Amino acid sequence: MNRFFAAIERNWKQGRVSGPLIGGLAILFVILLVSLIGPFFVDPHNAQVGALAPRRPPSAQFLLGTDAQGRDLWTLLVYGTPNTLKMGLIAGIIGVGVGLTLGLIAGAVGGVVDAVIRILSDALLTVPAIAILVIIAGNVDRMTTGIMALVVASLAWMFTARTVRAQVLTIRERSYVEVARVNGQSALSILFAEIMPNLLPYIVASFVGTVGSAILAVIGLEALGLGALEETTLGNTIYWSQQSAAVLRGYWWWWGPPIVVIAAIFLGLFLTSVGFDRFANPRLAGRS
Amino acid sequence: MNRELLKYLATRVGQLLLIVFIAVSVNFAIPRLLPGDPVQTALARLQAGGGAQSIDIQKVAATYRQKYGLDADWFTQYLNYWRDLLHFDLGVSFANFPETVLTKIGNALPWSVGLLTVATLISFSLGSLLGARLAWPTRGRVIKTSVPLLMVLSSIPFYLLAIILVYFFAVVLRILPPAGGVDTTRIWRFDGPTIVDVLRHALLPCLSIVLGNIGFWALGMRSQMVSVLGEDYITFAEAKGLSPQRIFMRYGMRNAMLSQITALALSLGAVVSGAVLVEVVFNYPGLGTLLYVAIRGQDYFVIQGVVLMLIVSLAVLLFAVDLIYPLLDPRIRR
Repeated sequence: MNRFFAAIERNWKQGRVSGPLIGGLAILFVILLVSLIGPFFVDPHNAQVGALAPRRPPSAQFLLGTDAQGRDLWTLLVYGTPNTLKMGLIAGIIGVGVGLTLGLIAGAVGGVVDAVIRILSDALLTVPAIAILVIIAGNVDRMTTGIMALVVASLAWMFTARTVRAQVLTIRERSYVEVARVNGQSALSILFAEIMPNLLPYIVASFVGTVGSAILAVIGLEALGLGALEETTLGNTIYWSQQSAAVLRGYWWWWGPPIVVIAAIFLGLFLTSVGFDRFANPRLAGRS
Repeated sequence: MNRELLKYLATRVGQLLLIVFIAVSVNFAIPRLLPGDPVQTALARLQAGGGAQSIDIQKVAATYRQKYGLDADWFTQYLNYWRDLLHFDLGVSFANFPETVLTKIGNALPWSVGLLTVATLISFSLGSLLGARLAWPTRGRVIKTSVPLLMVLSSIPFYLLAIILVYFFAVVLRILPPAGGVDTTRIWRFDGPTIVDVLRHALLPCLSIVLGNIGFWALGMRSQMVSVLGEDYITFAEAKGLSPQRIFMRYGMRNAMLSQITALALSLGAVVSGAVLVEVVFNYPGLGTLLYVAIRGQDYFVIQGVVLMLIVSLAVLLFAVDLIYPLLDPRIRR
């Protein structure tokens, strides 16, 4: 344990562990903690339609008030945050996994395979994701949060594929890869022993970015009413508040809290990615 | 015209065609790949949603069958689909039965294009300028504190900003209209009050897109400017005794802008995705709201039409950006 703190202290002095990184990770940690243990402290009954008196402003009994369907906002938040995070994480893991695989294949194999992957990912990158996702999500018969994550993951791999491909092309020309090749290492072992470790920072950075854009896409689809409407998520809470014109009727406690939580998630991801840039690339650390 | 440039143009044209092809094929394939008879599913949903009460179900079913030619094999269907598209036949709307999808899109398009063009131009140019200023050694205190704040703001989805803006300006302060593109009672005339009215309605949607994007452009421009300012030609320009203003604009900004324009091309898709939702929040009469209303009413041809329109028009726009690019970067022309 002491060595762990010593390592952090050393990195802090070198400027690698910076304020944004700690701040971002702390925000994400708090959100994760609340969504992991929160559900044990609230009554799931209060998240059901008609459980309570509708449209109550925040009070001592209901911390964040109730919505027009008589659901307790605090309970909705505690149950909705993990669902939203879950969709973002699943889509992020699949997206980065597929992107990494395609990027490695494109970079290592080259030729026609590389051209197909490159052109396809470039083309899909410029398409407004919501347009294709609307068509897919609109045709799913019974939407669940799991299917939602898969739908969003289908367009979450391009950025990773692009980055990984570019890095593989650079790294494989480095002299240590040359040495390994001359030593007679097989192409596969070069890929995994020499190239992969150097890709790690890019993979982590892509993962943070992909989770962010996946959550963005999920909330966007939910705001259009294409989400898993029977389940509790942050995007659905905003959708229902929009349906009841909660903004114009002044029920700020209905749409305000989910927006704050979503904003906190994105702020945490943003700070983490800025901070991680400095951690992975110490040359940036000296600059302000 | 030399070889390099021709190759560049050929790649771009190819990419444009590929995107159009993917968009059309996805639109065609997805309803067919999923299990179940598309006609039955669509009609069942339409009835369940209550959108079908005013129209004759039999007639719709017949239109559907004829439209898709559902008894033919899928290749014939696919060819038919293309033929209809090339005749600009996107089908008819269920919710407003005789009206074609094309008219609906035609009515909505100017609103979206106007809003998006103005908002993107403002956020792109302002954000780039601020980002460049932030990288410049003699930046003011205002820029030092405000730009990072804008960067944080841009990490939040901008349709959520839109909800907050509506609340403050239209509900609490009541100084701007909360929704719509123009006052519902206004008669269309090209005069002063109408223009003011349209601008008043566009102000909040525009502001939310600008606020949500400006930090993104500032962030990109700052890192570009930092690396450009480290180049030898900047040192040389300083040694020549050029004015800082000239170095900033002609030597710094001009070179840093190149990758900003590439970034613009790559991020327009995300901007459009966000703008669709901003339109929904404001009930702005553009493509986004049309899409939302169509989804709510299960108006399938309208959904398909809008989606196709979004993808294809953006692809054409990107193609235009790509054509401008060689004019800015002489290295591609050579």
